[in-house]
Amino acid sequence: MAIKQKGKSLQARDAQLADTFFQLKVLNGKEISDQKYPPFAEQVGSTTDHTVLRPIYPEIFQINIGKLCNQTCAHCHVDAGPDRKEENMDRATLVRCLEILDQTQIKTVDITGGAPEMNAHFRWFVEECSKRDITVMNRCNLTILRANKKYHDLPQFFKEHGVHIISSLPYFSKKRTDSQRGDGVFEDSIAALKALNEVGYGVEGSGLLLDLVYNPAGAFLPGDQADLESEFKRQLAERFDITFNSLFAITNMPISRFLEYLISSGNYEDYMTELVNAYNPSTVDGLMCRNTLSVSWDGYIYDCDFNQMLDLKVSAASQHIDDFDIEALMQRSIVLNQHCYGCTAGAGSSCGGETV
Amino acid sequence: MSNKSYFNPDDLKKFGNITEFQEELGKKFFDYYAAVFEDGALTKREKSLIAIAVAHTVQCPYCIDAYSHDLLQKGVDEESMMEAVHVAAAIKSGATLVNSVQMMNHVKNVSM
Repeated sequence: MAIKQKGKSLQARDAQLADTFFQLKVLNGKEISDQKYPPFAEQVGSTTDHTVLRPIYPEIFQINIGKLCNQTCAHCHVDAGPDRKEENMDRATLVRCLEILDQTQIKTVDITGGAPEMNAHFRWFVEECSKRDITVMNRCNLTILRANKKYHDLPQFFKEHGVHIISSLPYFSKKRTDSQRGDGVFEDSIAALKALNEVGYGVEGSGLLLDLVYNPAGAFLPGDQADLESEFKRQLAERFDITFNSLFAITNMPISRFLEYLISSGNYEDYMTELVNAYNPSTVDGLMCRNTLSVSWDGYIYDCDFNQMLDLKVSAASQHIDDFDIEALMQRSIVLNQHCYGCTAGAGSSCGGETV
Repeated sequence: MSNKSYFNPDDLKKFGNITEFQEELGKKFFDYYAAVFEDGALTKREKSLIAIAVAHTVQCPYCIDAYSHDLLQKGVDEESMMEAVHVAAAIKSGATLVNSVQMMNHVKNVSM
């Protein structure tokens, strides 16, 4: 079934919020809302031992391979969509990423987008990582597997290379899924999950990992990850005979299109207040910005994918993969801003779900 | 514009302030409240569904807001929430109708 898009990207609409500096002004009470929240960096400084937040040696090399996507989800922090045809990583940049992986001790690559599979070099890059015994995590939106015949063999390709699949599924019902991601997404997602199960993904004993990402379809925080996982497992098994490994509960970050939704629905201040009130200092040690390096389609380096989308480059001389210097990056302080409350609320949030 | 209504959604955020006028009893209430909603013989999810049903019967708008939000966070679907409210509605209407037996008794007692 064809997906009905939720709309166009902020960039295609030339929306004010397409400007990342404008987004930062909103988050800091200088545009749209005059509500001020305690500065995140000061909050961390006063509640933890981290007067400055420093990284540990990177464990995950996260590559945002491009903004092209077959969906235009209402909450997308990347502002991805079918209209983002220009910002996609080329072969030379991917070659440079492989050189860095060869020179460092990083053993995991986390490929995200957009829909990573739409990048023309995606399969080649996965094969190159596979040759190097590097674990590949692929953030798959599921519907891409059903979008076109040329993608139908991807489950088999993933299996051949032992790719760890991390799939977005906001809910086990059509209504809440389609309201966030577009009409038709739920049915295609279920078909894709079945196709992944068929080749062994998410099936006990296969060794092929299929994890799901849950993020709330609205202005509320995710509940307990273990409870949500058990409910998703029960519902998907009963309704569709689908199995998976783990569920990652991820908090929606108040940036990009989700920020637009919060503002237009009148929920921005309540949502920020909820995030700030749920600040949990014990999440700080495990923040993903401490063990991850995030690389954009054009080769710039960021502390995380969210900083990347706000164009907050690493605070180090080594800001581009052409000047990659692991020593300099290890000395950096992580760039913090008000959106970071999204990763420290409750049990914490990261690309791998809860952090405490 | 002044807000002169008896119900102000923002007051829910101030619920904790009831300890200001009676600290000891307020604190005991909140400790008890927190303990009630922990996992026990019933899960937290089941307790929240009971809470939304009761919230409707006691017609507490604060409780309805609070537990609608809580159930969304817990990943409960709309159908389950509405079924819980129907349980409350069925008991309420049943409680009304079962008293009609008394009405019928009286009518029959005094009628020829």
